[in-house]
Amino acid sequence: MLEVRGLHKVYDSHGRRVEAIGELTFTVDDGRFACVVGPSGCGKTTLLRCIAGLLPPTGGEVWVQGSQVTGPPSGLAVVFQEYGRSLFPWLRVRDNVELPLRAAGLPRARRRELATEALAAVGLSDAHRAYPWQLSGGMQQRVAIARAVAYQPQVLLMDEPFAAVDAQTRADLEDLIRSVWRRLGVTLLFVTHDIDEAVYLGERVIVLSAAPTRIREDLAIDLPVERDQLATRSDPRFTDLRAHIYAQIQKTRHPAPQEELS
Amino acid sequence: MALSLRPLWLGVAGLVGFGALLELVPRLGVVDDRFLPPTSRILSVLAEQAGAGPLWSAVGNTVLTWAIGLALAVAAAVVLGVVIGSVRFLRAATASTIEFLRPIPSVAWIPAALVLYGPVRAGTLLIVVYAAFWQMLVQVLHGVADVDPVARDTAYSYRLGRWARVRWLTWPTALPYAVTGLRLAATVALILTVTGELFIGGPGLGAEILRASAGGAVPLTYALVLVTGLLGVAANLLFRLVERRALAWHPAVRGEVPA
Amino acid sequence: MTKLPGWQGLQRVALVLGLPAVLVVVWWFASADSDHLVFRPLSEILVAFRETWLGPRLVEDVLPSLSRLARGYAASVVLGVGLGVLVGWSRTLRALLEPVLELLRAIPPPALIPLIGLFAGLGDSRRIVIIIAGCVWPILLNTVEGVRAVDEVLADTCRSYRVRGLTRLRQLVLRSASPQIMTGARQALAIGIILMVISELRGTVHGIGFSVEQFQTSFRYPEMWSGVLLLGLLGVALALLFRLADSWILGWYHGLRASNRER
Repeated sequence: MLEVRGLHKVYDSHGRRVEAIGELTFTVDDGRFACVVGPSGCGKTTLLRCIAGLLPPTGGEVWVQGSQVTGPPSGLAVVFQEYGRSLFPWLRVRDNVELPLRAAGLPRARRRELATEALAAVGLSDAHRAYPWQLSGGMQQRVAIARAVAYQPQVLLMDEPFAAVDAQTRADLEDLIRSVWRRLGVTLLFVTHDIDEAVYLGERVIVLSAAPTRIREDLAIDLPVERDQLATRSDPRFTDLRAHIYAQIQKTRHPAPQEELS
Repeated sequence: MALSLRPLWLGVAGLVGFGALLELVPRLGVVDDRFLPPTSRILSVLAEQAGAGPLWSAVGNTVLTWAIGLALAVAAAVVLGVVIGSVRFLRAATASTIEFLRPIPSVAWIPAALVLYGPVRAGTLLIVVYAAFWQMLVQVLHGVADVDPVARDTAYSYRLGRWARVRWLTWPTALPYAVTGLRLAATVALILTVTGELFIGGPGLGAEILRASAGGAVPLTYALVLVTGLLGVAANLLFRLVERRALAWHPAVRGEVPA
Repeated sequence: MTKLPGWQGLQRVALVLGLPAVLVVVWWFASADSDHLVFRPLSEILVAFRETWLGPRLVEDVLPSLSRLARGYAASVVLGVGLGVLVGWSRTLRALLEPVLELLRAIPPPALIPLIGLFAGLGDSRRIVIIIAGCVWPILLNTVEGVRAVDEVLADTCRSYRVRGLTRLRQLVLRSASPQIMTGARQALAIGIILMVISELRGTVHGIGFSVEQFQTSFRYPEMWSGVLLLGLLGVALALLFRLADSWILGWYHGLRASNRER
């Protein structure tokens, strides 16, 4: 389970004070899939880094699997946006996937087994011995996903992982994430700026306001569990949800005058 | 502002601390002060020398040898580099020879320099020019070879003449590499100038160091070595400044080419 | 790599060997009838080379020089990388030590020879210390640069996957600094060869530099030139050896750069 309680983050450097996160409180239950969307510059990445224990919050608490986050928690994996920079260019694909397992002290045979399974799950069984830079962008992001999968996390965080790949690859990766989530039963928090992607992927979409960030709306996505790029996206319910969230985000970007006063 | 000044103060503190350490080590008797005189004694000898003529003429001589050697090496390397680099056949035909001649250590020529010129400045110049030439040549060759093919095609399609191509295409592309080559060549040339003065001959800091150490003037030897270090730092700063000036317009300041 | 057809392969061989062959032939014939005291015929130099360096001097002079170079260079790599990682690790330590290191690096290493002579004895250890005193700086300063420039996303990846301690040092810090470390090691090798030779000059320890100086002062010029030739060959051989090590250690880096250029 993932709990965020009263999270507050202020950047204070060179005498300039920027309030990135006003107040955020939400919970993602075990095995659920939540997406976070918001206008650009709304502190999505700050939120994710606070949850991952990479950034200390100014106020409030984050709890992962029943213990408070003070540094990177065990049982939590992150897939970063910059796939090109999150893979070790001097390690082959398999060694990239195995590195966290090696640091965790797993025996060699077990590491090999988990890496082979994870790479098969993302459709990269042939690429074990390649270097990341020999692969296309989409394949590199698959390696990063395989690394997270092999780590067997209880909580998986994804920070706009598909922002830099082309549209067709993106659709494939979205379906891959859905299937990985359903197979592993992992708690998944997926940060994106793409409303369509959030609605298509999640069971729930948390809509953030512009900075200082608060929760604008917490919306259940009542689409069928089986999603399909064509059928789901042409479902009238999908279109409604999308339009609704779009309107919410537009409002946070251009707030009405009375809202600003309140 | 406070933040950007911090490293500077720390650096000054580091230098002062280093000096203090070298003051204390002999004073506390950790090392015999005949071998490592305290910093204060080295600095007072240096101050004494700074008021007299011989130190400055030694510095002047070293700088002169260094500058002549560097100028000869750079001129030869730029001319040869541009000619070889812009003709495909020459580039291919000379590659193996350059790869063979370049790693020959310049000090291999010390005995030859002594035989050919005797213990004078010309002998020192031989090894200075030899060492600096290759540093520069390799950078110029890389620079000339780096001309963007699209830009080259554009130049041809606008029917630019040979001279115009060198002026507007080859020169600006090769300049960043050449300036980096200049800095590397300057560093190497200074090392070999002092080496030559120590082991071949000619007036300069190397000769003074040799004389001081042969006469057992240990604090003076340290002071002179410190001066060569300061000269090196000054040269390095100067050529970094030149590099930054020359490349201010350049979008990506290029680094050293890996050999 | 596609296989070159015979004709193109032949052309390439001709390009690689052509100029060196011409130069050697020119040298051979131009010097053949030389009765100049210093510029001896190439044939004489080659004979001197065989008789001088392929005899007992190989063991008495060549190997001791190379062994001192190897020991000094290895010690410099260990010291330079070790200290470089420590200094590069902390921003404060870096700011504190950088000017001192820049000053020490800027001292031409041969100038230190008289000072080192005050401390170290007369034997091997003194020569090795001289080699270390020159080689350690480029490695140290380049390691500091490399450690400082570790990619933030990779560092975050290591933190969030709890890759720490020695694994982090080996798999993140040293590997990502390795291109810079190799640049420093390449500069250090060139300096090391220089110091290998001049640390033996005006000395009493056997070695290549010592022998060549002896030949020069005793007017044995064919032998002297053969020594220059030997140093040249050693320089080329060590550069090739370094290139092998470089492509083995930095294979990933050259591939990465090539693939970035294509995109």
